[in-house]
Amino acid sequence: MTRASRPEQSQGPRRTAALPGEGVQRIHWIPGTDRLLAVCFCRTEREFEDPVELWDWLLAHPGTDSDAHDGLVLPYPERDSP
Amino acid sequence: MTSFIRNQWYVAAYGSEVGRRLFSRTVCGEPVLLWRTRSGEVTAMSDRCVHRRFPLSQEPSHLDGDQVVCGYHGFTYGADGVCVGVPGQRRVPRTARLATYPVVEQDSFVWVWIGERELADEKLIPRAPWLDRPGWTVVKGMEPLNARYGLLVDNLLDLSHETYLHGGHIGTPEVAETPITTEVDESAAVVRVSRHMDDAACPPFYATSTGIEGRITRWQDIEYHAPCLYLLHSRIAPVGTPPPAEEDGSDPDAFHVEVVYAITPETEGTTHDFWAVARDFAPEDEKVTDFLRESNRTVVLQDVVALDVLEQALQAEQEGYQELSINIDTGGLAARRILERLRREGAPAGEPAVAR
Repeated sequence: MTRASRPEQSQGPRRTAALPGEGVQRIHWIPGTDRLLAVCFCRTEREFEDPVELWDWLLAHPGTDSDAHDGLVLPYPERDSP
Repeated sequence: MTSFIRNQWYVAAYGSEVGRRLFSRTVCGEPVLLWRTRSGEVTAMSDRCVHRRFPLSQEPSHLDGDQVVCGYHGFTYGADGVCVGVPGQRRVPRTARLATYPVVEQDSFVWVWIGERELADEKLIPRAPWLDRPGWTVVKGMEPLNARYGLLVDNLLDLSHETYLHGGHIGTPEVAETPITTEVDESAAVVRVSRHMDDAACPPFYATSTGIEGRITRWQDIEYHAPCLYLLHSRIAPVGTPPPAEEDGSDPDAFHVEVVYAITPETEGTTHDFWAVARDFAPEDEKVTDFLRESNRTVVLQDVVALDVLEQALQAEQEGYQELSINIDTGGLAARRILERLRREGAPAGEPAVAR
């Protein structure tokens, strides 16, 4: 049985980043719950129950342009108050 | 006004469909004539004669060497689209030329650029290397879809529908029950949706093709490169199989299937649904090849039937109808937002693009 190598493959635990790039936004479905955790690329996080509200927040925070995040990158994840 | 996203590469055909016979396919409302020169190069040009708009793909139009001869009045065009002969007169009008399209043959697909020629950049074409790589065996097809392409994007970004629409083929209860992780690279127009099932039933699609008996670890990693290319990296292994090696990603004890869709708008309400399944196991086994071809086509046709009906239902809806989105739609919503941005960016100046 022949197998090809798969250098493109990137797998891992649920909170491991798979997509490369600095501007990647991530949404985790919190295991055992119905809630979604949105993680902006500036590392601000917030939980939601509705994916539409989640995207509205993620894209408006503080703007869709990564330049708007200049100086806002945080050393550790920080919860954004609703 | 249009819902098409311009200034993008789209799959117009498989390379195997294009030869020394005039072949036509409509992409984003534009009829594209495809053929190979004697040296084997694919050319793409308008499928309408400049004279009276006769389709050049329609017999008795034909190839004469590396020239296309219109079957209605004999207008003759070179591979660059320039008209080189008209009937009954020596002078060929200067404006007599067919619009041509930038074209690239890659990963078994023929890609055409729809939009402003000067913006066409081959490096922007997303890759599906498994379709043309030693060690991988591929089955493929194309089904016409009588639905807007956005419905197929919705469908493929949310695989929880496998449990219900494709039960008995690729769906098992775990697909709909397992939480997903969604990642979005807005600037690259890529959406990734991952669903890793640690202990799941093995659906017939994989049980028959891999020979696995018992429960499996099943990973579904979707990578959607808006607007046209969708990749599903599928990993199947008996429960207890070691994960891929951290250092080099090698994964010799698992089975890998790369499911590829090219989602090409034909008209505002119809879509070319290109599908391919590449595998890295049992490469020479014709029974496995035949089974995967028939099974995947069956699954694709189940989607086609459902989406055709959905398109009709949506057309009968009042303007501004409401939908309800839940967690499983996180990736699909991201794709919709990216598509809407691309639509705005690609719209000709002064023409407001509209979402459907």
